[in-house]
Amino acid sequence: MSKNFILYAVILVFGLAAPFIFPAFKVQLSILCVLIVLALTWNIQGGEMGYNTFGNILFYGLGMYLCASVQVGMFFPLAEWTESGGEKTFVHTPAQFFQGMAVGLVVAAVVPTIVAGLIGYSILGLRGHYFAICTLGLGVAAGEISGGIEIIGAGQGFTTPPFPDVGGLEARGEFFYFLSFMAVVLTFIAVRAIYSTRFKLILNAIRDNEDKAEAMGIQTMKYKIIGWMISAFFCGLAGGIMGGLVGYIDSTDVAFDGREMGVFMVLMAILGGKGTLWGPVIGATVFHIFKEGFWTFFLGWQYVALGVLIVVIVIYFPEGIMGWLREKYPERFGEVVDEADRKAQVELK
Amino acid sequence: MDFMVFQYPMISVQACLDGILLGILFALIAYGMALQWGVMNIINIAQGDLVILGGYIAYFMYLYGIHPAWGVIVAPIIMYFIGVGLYKLVINKVVDRDLFISILATFGISILFMQLMNFAFGADVVLANSGYGTTFLFDSAVVLPNSKIFSAFISILFAICLVIYMKKSKLGRAIRATAQNARAAKILGVDTEKVYAATFGINAALCGVAGALISITFTIHPYMGLPYTIRSFMIVIVAGLGNLPGVALSGMGLGVFEEFADYILGTEFRIGAVFLLLVLILVYRRFKLSRKREYLK
Repeated sequence: MSKNFILYAVILVFGLAAPFIFPAFKVQLSILCVLIVLALTWNIQGGEMGYNTFGNILFYGLGMYLCASVQVGMFFPLAEWTESGGEKTFVHTPAQFFQGMAVGLVVAAVVPTIVAGLIGYSILGLRGHYFAICTLGLGVAAGEISGGIEIIGAGQGFTTPPFPDVGGLEARGEFFYFLSFMAVVLTFIAVRAIYSTRFKLILNAIRDNEDKAEAMGIQTMKYKIIGWMISAFFCGLAGGIMGGLVGYIDSTDVAFDGREMGVFMVLMAILGGKGTLWGPVIGATVFHIFKEGFWTFFLGWQYVALGVLIVVIVIYFPEGIMGWLREKYPERFGEVVDEADRKAQVELK
Repeated sequence: MDFMVFQYPMISVQACLDGILLGILFALIAYGMALQWGVMNIINIAQGDLVILGGYIAYFMYLYGIHPAWGVIVAPIIMYFIGVGLYKLVINKVVDRDLFISILATFGISILFMQLMNFAFGADVVLANSGYGTTFLFDSAVVLPNSKIFSAFISILFAICLVIYMKKSKLGRAIRATAQNARAAKILGVDTEKVYAATFGINAALCGVAGALISITFTIHPYMGLPYTIRSFMIVIVAGLGNLPGVALSGMGLGVFEEFADYILGTEFRIGAVFLLLVLILVYRRFKLSRKREYLK
């Protein structure tokens, strides 16, 4: 217990000090935080519940659009803002900006949760690959449809309010870093709290055999919807922060970007090891470092590298880093290994 | 929203004919999807990208002065080998695994293909001009490009050839046996590994034909693959595996739906409408099936 406490304290202190230790990487660190949130929330579905979704991008993009729209719409006419392409005709004062951001983030988190609750009953009734393809369709449909709506910028995109003139670029980076770091801490605490309750066991029961879980008297649908709503809440929050961080929202390239974020969150969770608490965090960190470190080498070829990476990870490394560690050091995970039994199994193989 | 469709009946005739001709093409792609799904139990997200790749083969022949209609013969041959290669490299490792693994792995292949095509052929929307002219029906109220009629005709021809091949040839029988029960087929001496490779190759070849036809009749673009995958998936789940007339009919239905969505909602919502239809169909299916499972409750 105390060992864990020290670990968490170290990570927290490091997280708080990170923008000052690496001042040049503030934006990258903020993106890392958003990625960790996405991986953690995907893991609730894909890892614990066994519902491999491509559709969490829906809540992410929804949150992004909602946060920015609320932030603008609270003070200025939204239609004129998008028409002017976010030109200097409307300028948020610092108070307006932060107030708008706060309200926007709340809306960005709450509305996707409600949406998840509403569509959950129909979508989560699907099983296996039907669910995967259906959620893939949902994400792409959302992107295509939002790309046709005039008031949020349609095809040419939507500029989020620029950061007000307090402290310049440094302050902007720190503001968004701490915002996203807060989101990570919040998500991690929430997920950890969930995973220590009966709720996680129910999710695992659904993953292992849904019909049996139902037969045992668990109202699986209720728990599936609750799990999806929790995911949607944090996905929306992450989307809202990311929208402000990027500063520009495009329907298919930034918000409902199934080809990037939508795959990244799956990949990160699998890379780290799905169905574990720390897996997504580790996976997101490793993936982000790899991406930022090597993307520049593959200039222009990054999607080719991404495609190869997906294939390699999925085929050769489906257990992820945590799964590999578990195989290697089972005693660290509290598993008692009977050496004779293990040897017998190895020989059988 | 545009309700011209309802005011001028001839536009609906046009939309129906366009949709049916388009739908036959979709059905051809969906047939390939059904084949590999039934035999190998994998869902290939890269299906649409194979289609687009086939289209680029025809387009390249057009660029070098060969009539693109020959692409209908050349593209499937090249695509067959690409398909077999793809199977040997990646797909054979996901055949026996969880379906989600195959979805994710082929999603990776899809991204890879998309980007490679983008490098090789550029991000422009292109089409291979066949120079077939157009047919006018009903006092020029309905305009049908001959290339569309040609493509529908060729698709039907290929589908019929394939059905006969599946029924009569040795490999076709082996494929059908493997689809029914892979283990039993193996015991009876069918080399299932070879059958799988051939199935994936045939699927890729069908995609190649469809792609070549699409490059003649419509336009191709490196990033246009995913909608074709989704369309074929949708057609297969509506028709069911191994139901050929059903595949043809639901393909045509989807084509007509798309044309009407195009007229009524506007072109920018066309792809969105397709994906929404997929979600609706799956949800409808879920409620229909859940009624069957009622005894569990």
